[in-house]
Amino acid sequence: MPSPVVTIRGVSKSYGAVMALRHVDLDIYAGEVFALLGPNGAGKTTLVEILEGYRGRSSGEVDVLGADPGRGDARWRSRLGIVLQNTTVFDFLSVEETVVHFAGFYPSPLDSGHVIDLVGLGDKRKARCSTLSGGQKRRVDLALGLVGNPDLVFLDEPTTGLDPEGRRQLWDVIRSFTALGKTVILTTHYLDEAEALANRVGIIIGGEIVDIGPPDEIGGESRFIATVSFRPDGALTERAIPPLDGELTRSGPHVSLRTATPTAAVATLIAWAADAGVAEIPALSVSHPSLEDTYLMMVAARGGTESTETGAAA
Amino acid sequence: MTSSSISMPSLTRLAWSRTIVDLKQFFRIPEQVFFTFLLPVLFLVLFSAVFSGDVDGPPGRSVKFVQYFLPGIIALGVASSTFANLAMSISTEQHEGLLKRLAGTPLPKSAFFAGRLTSSVIITVIQTAVLLAIGVLLFGIDLPDGPGRWLFFIYLLGISAALGSALGIAATRMVPNARAAGPIIQAPFLVLQFISGIFFQWNQLPSWLQWIATAFPLRWMAQGFRYAFLPDWFGETEYGSSWGWEIPTVALAAWMVISVVLALVFFRWTREGDRR
Repeated sequence: MPSPVVTIRGVSKSYGAVMALRHVDLDIYAGEVFALLGPNGAGKTTLVEILEGYRGRSSGEVDVLGADPGRGDARWRSRLGIVLQNTTVFDFLSVEETVVHFAGFYPSPLDSGHVIDLVGLGDKRKARCSTLSGGQKRRVDLALGLVGNPDLVFLDEPTTGLDPEGRRQLWDVIRSFTALGKTVILTTHYLDEAEALANRVGIIIGGEIVDIGPPDEIGGESRFIATVSFRPDGALTERAIPPLDGELTRSGPHVSLRTATPTAAVATLIAWAADAGVAEIPALSVSHPSLEDTYLMMVAARGGTESTETGAAA
Repeated sequence: MTSSSISMPSLTRLAWSRTIVDLKQFFRIPEQVFFTFLLPVLFLVLFSAVFSGDVDGPPGRSVKFVQYFLPGIIALGVASSTFANLAMSISTEQHEGLLKRLAGTPLPKSAFFAGRLTSSVIITVIQTAVLLAIGVLLFGIDLPDGPGRWLFFIYLLGISAALGSALGIAATRMVPNARAAGPIIQAPFLVLQFISGIFFQWNQLPSWLQWIATAFPLRWMAQGFRYAFLPDWFGETEYGSSWGWEIPTVALAAWMVISVVLALVFFRWTREGDRR
């Protein structure tokens, strides 16, 4: 594994009696896209703003690019690109004026025109920011986070509030600079976003990191339990279902089996059906729990509620 | 990639870049240009057109109304371009998250404040020049008499712009949200304008109002600018023993120190209204 660019050890943060973060340990490695996934109020923004140096911590140790974020100097800041949760643009400046102005803060910025093209605002270069749509303003935010040519980019709910098409376009923008080898820390409450962009996902619920791993491995063993389902019709109705390894349930005409060995179960079923002269088992399917199923189970298990549909940031 | 060998942008360049952006933003907001920049000009033209007579000094002597009125309007213009301008625009930037965004970049805070100060001084100088030009060309006022009064005029302009800017930065703390910036800043400022001898003659105000106004810098700015533009025999009637360059100089120098302390104590880079 490459060396960590972010190291978090035992970090807690309380606002009065409210514990926003509880003893968080986390390493984030150079070149990866790490997504922090969690319901609203889980502590995503608090954790990210501690890493960005905006907030202090109640206890624990943090190292970001070799410095404590609370004491980072201008040179350290010049290696970070920050896209905050709330869209903020300078209404009375044009897109180009804004990006060029911010580029001037950095020692070796990217070309402003190139960044404007990259975020898809090439035809809005001269437009005042006040005249842009919500999605276009969010692109300005992204441009400002990138123009300093940072080594580490923070994206706090970058696509919240955008329509599905706008979200997908923004994903392409994010992919185009993760391809440049930047380390990206992304917070989101959209599961598809985490799956589409991240190498690793950290699930944060109630201020605790409850699981970390690649999107298809989150949930550990529960993710390997598959469901084999089918509908015994015609000739199959008369025959008893053969012994199968797993937990069998029936609902109406459907039979489903929760099993750790779906391939063996399917092989047994094919032989059983062939015996009865049936070549195609009706409605046969094998499915694994999605990241969404796993995530919703985790949230529910901790007494949380989550609606992944809501677009508005709280 | 070793970025440490590449030098960071210089403070001067950053401050100048901030100045340009502040000026663009100021002159592109019509309401702001009207209320802080054009309103004093409008006051000068309207009042001088309506009150075309003279203001009485000691028995038998008087000065033209516009000669009396212009110095107070210059003081008002300086306060508008620095105090009101910065208090409103910086508090709006705070509440809209724009300062938080700047704080996330390597821009030094000193460059931000240097830009703010420079841009408001530039706005002040342009405004004062416009007021003086109108006074001379339209109304034929007399300019400060001799190098001593000119020097004092320049001192007043500089220190008033500086303390007005610092007070404006401090006053951002009184603004609870972006929408409230206008009323919260303008209301007390308007009251001070009426009791500081800008619209009414100082010696016609009741003494308790004079005492209140004396506690604030606008009175000393107005009186100072009058000293630069009016003959001594007139000013002694209006201001009595406090007439002269000495007391306004000391009062404004003291306010300069107070304003900087207030700005350092009260200014917050981010307002934690969005904490969650």
